[in-house]
Amino acid sequence: MVSQARKSELLFSGSDWNFAKLSRVYDEIEALGTEELGLDIYPVQMEVISSEQMLDAYSSVGMPLMYRHWSFGKRFLYDEFLYRKGARGLAYELVINSNPCIVYLMEENTMALQALVTAHAALGHNHFFKNNHLFRQWTDAGGILSYLDFAKGYIARCEERHGLAAVEAILDSAHALMEQGVFRYHRPPKLSSEQQREGLRERLEYEERSFSDLWRTLPPSQGKTKPEVGDEILAERKKSLKLPEENLLYFLEKNSLVLEPWQREIVRIVRVIAQYFYPQRQTQVMNEGCATFVHYTIMNTLFDRGRISEGAMLEILRNHSNVVFQPTYDDPRYSGINPYALGLDMMQDIQRISTVPTAEDRDWFPDIAGRGDWRDTLLDAWANHRDESFIRQYLSPALIRKWRLFVLADGADEPHYEVASIHNERGYARIRSALAQSYDIGASRPDIQVVDVDLLGDRHLRLQHKVKDGIMLEGQSRDATLRHIRNLWGYEVSLAAIDAGTGATLSERWTKEL
Amino acid sequence: MPIFIDRRLNPKDKSLGNRQRFLRRAREDLKRSIRDKVRTGGIAELDREHAVPMPRKGTDEPSFGDDRQSGRRQHILPGNKTFSPGDLIDKPGGGGGYGSAPGTTESEDDFRFVLSREEVLDLFFEDLELPDLVKLNLKQILSFKPRRAGFAASGAPTNINVGRTMRNSHGRRIALRRPKQAEVDEIARQIAELEAKPASAAVRERITALREELERLERRRRRIAYVDPVDIRFNRFDPQPVPNANAVMFCLMDVSGSMGEREKDLAKRFFVLLHLFLTRRYERIEVVFIRHTHQAKEVDEQTFFYHTESGGTVVSTALEEMHRIIKERYPVAEWNIYAAQASDGDNFATDSERCIELLDRKLMRLCQYFAYVEIIDERESHIFGSTENGTSLWRAYNAVDGKWPNFQMRRIAAPADIYPVFRELFARQPALRKSA
Repeated sequence: MVSQARKSELLFSGSDWNFAKLSRVYDEIEALGTEELGLDIYPVQMEVISSEQMLDAYSSVGMPLMYRHWSFGKRFLYDEFLYRKGARGLAYELVINSNPCIVYLMEENTMALQALVTAHAALGHNHFFKNNHLFRQWTDAGGILSYLDFAKGYIARCEERHGLAAVEAILDSAHALMEQGVFRYHRPPKLSSEQQREGLRERLEYEERSFSDLWRTLPPSQGKTKPEVGDEILAERKKSLKLPEENLLYFLEKNSLVLEPWQREIVRIVRVIAQYFYPQRQTQVMNEGCATFVHYTIMNTLFDRGRISEGAMLEILRNHSNVVFQPTYDDPRYSGINPYALGLDMMQDIQRISTVPTAEDRDWFPDIAGRGDWRDTLLDAWANHRDESFIRQYLSPALIRKWRLFVLADGADEPHYEVASIHNERGYARIRSALAQSYDIGASRPDIQVVDVDLLGDRHLRLQHKVKDGIMLEGQSRDATLRHIRNLWGYEVSLAAIDAGTGATLSERWTKEL
Repeated sequence: MPIFIDRRLNPKDKSLGNRQRFLRRAREDLKRSIRDKVRTGGIAELDREHAVPMPRKGTDEPSFGDDRQSGRRQHILPGNKTFSPGDLIDKPGGGGGYGSAPGTTESEDDFRFVLSREEVLDLFFEDLELPDLVKLNLKQILSFKPRRAGFAASGAPTNINVGRTMRNSHGRRIALRRPKQAEVDEIARQIAELEAKPASAAVRERITALREELERLERRRRRIAYVDPVDIRFNRFDPQPVPNANAVMFCLMDVSGSMGEREKDLAKRFFVLLHLFLTRRYERIEVVFIRHTHQAKEVDEQTFFYHTESGGTVVSTALEEMHRIIKERYPVAEWNIYAAQASDGDNFATDSERCIELLDRKLMRLCQYFAYVEIIDERESHIFGSTENGTSLWRAYNAVDGKWPNFQMRRIAAPADIYPVFRELFARQPALRKSA
């Protein structure tokens, strides 16, 4: 058989890559991934780019298309500065959650690195994007590129028509609220289809074209039941506000009384993009862990079968160990927990528990210990968890000991930290819970909601910040952000800090005080 | 098989639009940075790229964030070595804590980025309120004219230098001993001679030998070309800036105590603008700095702008010094002489007459252009609306102004007042270009 004969061959030799080699390696890796690991992926589109284009992609939050805004220019300068100074290397790849899945490869990579990147991004990330429930439910991989194309074009047209400054002001304000512009608990409304959007735009354009200032000069009709109609509309509107609302951008887009239609559309664009990225932020450890686990497994299998030379494997392993390097807390290089390292270790730990469990593992994980079906367990975890639930479910005492994790309790008004738990019998559950908690985006970001607005009266918009564990908002950025909300709302805005436990009002900030 | 797309040849600078938006946003801060550059740097240094610190104002992106100084939180850290539950650890000063994210804010402090030459000039010009046409002229790199500069081994066929090519070919033919035409002709002649004679065995043998020799020579001639590609030389051309002349710029400044920081800053911009103008027109520019109190001295740029000296004010000493330097080092036949003088107008009472005489009799005949600015207080600027009255130096120079068209004088109180001093100079430029 041909495959038999090819089995002993190296997939590539030398460090230079070309498209034939890339294609051969991809086919081999894809076959391995789908057959051995049971991965299920979107079709792949690989794009080779230069380092400058990689910097470009960085500055537009990794998307191939993006509207123009000065903050992206600032990001670019910052990334470029770090890169030129050598403080930070560029990523070897960039992968976009779209269908087909777009993978950027850097032209500077060696062939061994390209193979590593292919397994990491085109297989690992790709599988995760396609199968994880957050991405499946909350993002539209098929529609995102055409939506961004629409967004870019729409904002460019707005700049032409309304001026750069006006568009910039709206974008600034909307960007400030991006964190508060996502639906956390209920599913976002689906992206309207291209046709619907087209229809909406046509209607807006028709209204603009048929606008006649003469109508304004007509005397108001007498004796009609107008006030009652107004009352009804307002009462209905108030009912339809569905307060409290956690998605501030959504609320402002739908209910602001001062935004023009095009401004609403821009706020909406920012909100849709924020929503698109929300799953990625909740699944950092899992996503990177999945990709790292996949590339590590596939590369080792290829090496075992003699398809990769020892030299190439050495290079791959060196890069791999750079990526999963985790310094301890007292190391000057420490900058938080490395999601690649944590993800990979947890997934390899699941593999170990399935195949060679200890008595402790049987205690902690009776469902999976010793069952031997680590592939199914991992596929299930990748599909159904996010970071928080994944850690809560699968972080094992063995791994806590390996990492020597400990918890520091930090009260702002106390002069020292207290070691709350360490890696011992009493600490395992607490460490696991605390670590899971720290990956819960919904809990770790300020919880700010719209609670009340008196549309009939002074249109004063009341926001509420639920203060958990006494953590207040930083004053300066809070004031600046409130100013942005006021810009979008047009009337008075106030933010009350309410203690989540006691319900007591801790402070209240009004925009008129600013 | 995946789809491959090679994007490397796609247009670069995808984020140029974002950069422009960012620069516009941070304009005020960047202008201040450039102003500082002008203040601290040399006057010839402006005309290039500059690294500037990240502007702070107007470029922050606020969002709701936690106050690190409040509340209770937990940090989960790897690598416990000695701690047991209940241990207390002193907090490091500054309150950031172990668990805080790596300080991007710290590194942003020394974060600098590079502004291109055009962007630097744009920011510099903004205060000066230059007309657009002038801005364009100053930003433009000179047009170039090709000038012969030796030979090259490659080039266009039209540029083949026949003389040099043949010389190379000749040398090579000698070195490789290519048979000459004369040698071939000689053998052919001998063969013809022998063939005319009656054929004996010796003659036939001789003819065969000669024929072989002829054959050999001709083979050799075919192998060693008359002109080989390695011989060919092309004329090489170097792009040269069109106005190919030298200029010297004299900066004259009163450095007596009455010239403060603001005055010097304005004076410096005045000099920078003239220098920028000259760099566009002349290939080589020298700058001479002369400062004076009651006596004048040629100094380096550093001393010129940053050292103060006490003393009275006698302007004519500076003019005399300038005249001496021109005579010694800058013959008028070779140098275009420009002078820029900045002063607050004070002068020793009887000295002004002497200044008029010096300018009128000597200097104005030598100079292409003499610009004088008198730096006044902003409060004074509306009082001195009419140009008639003023300091003694002003009154004296007024007399020169009427007489010489290449003399310009102006009172300035703000950066925007500087350009009109040079208006004449810039207006003449297109005409000069054509004649150049």
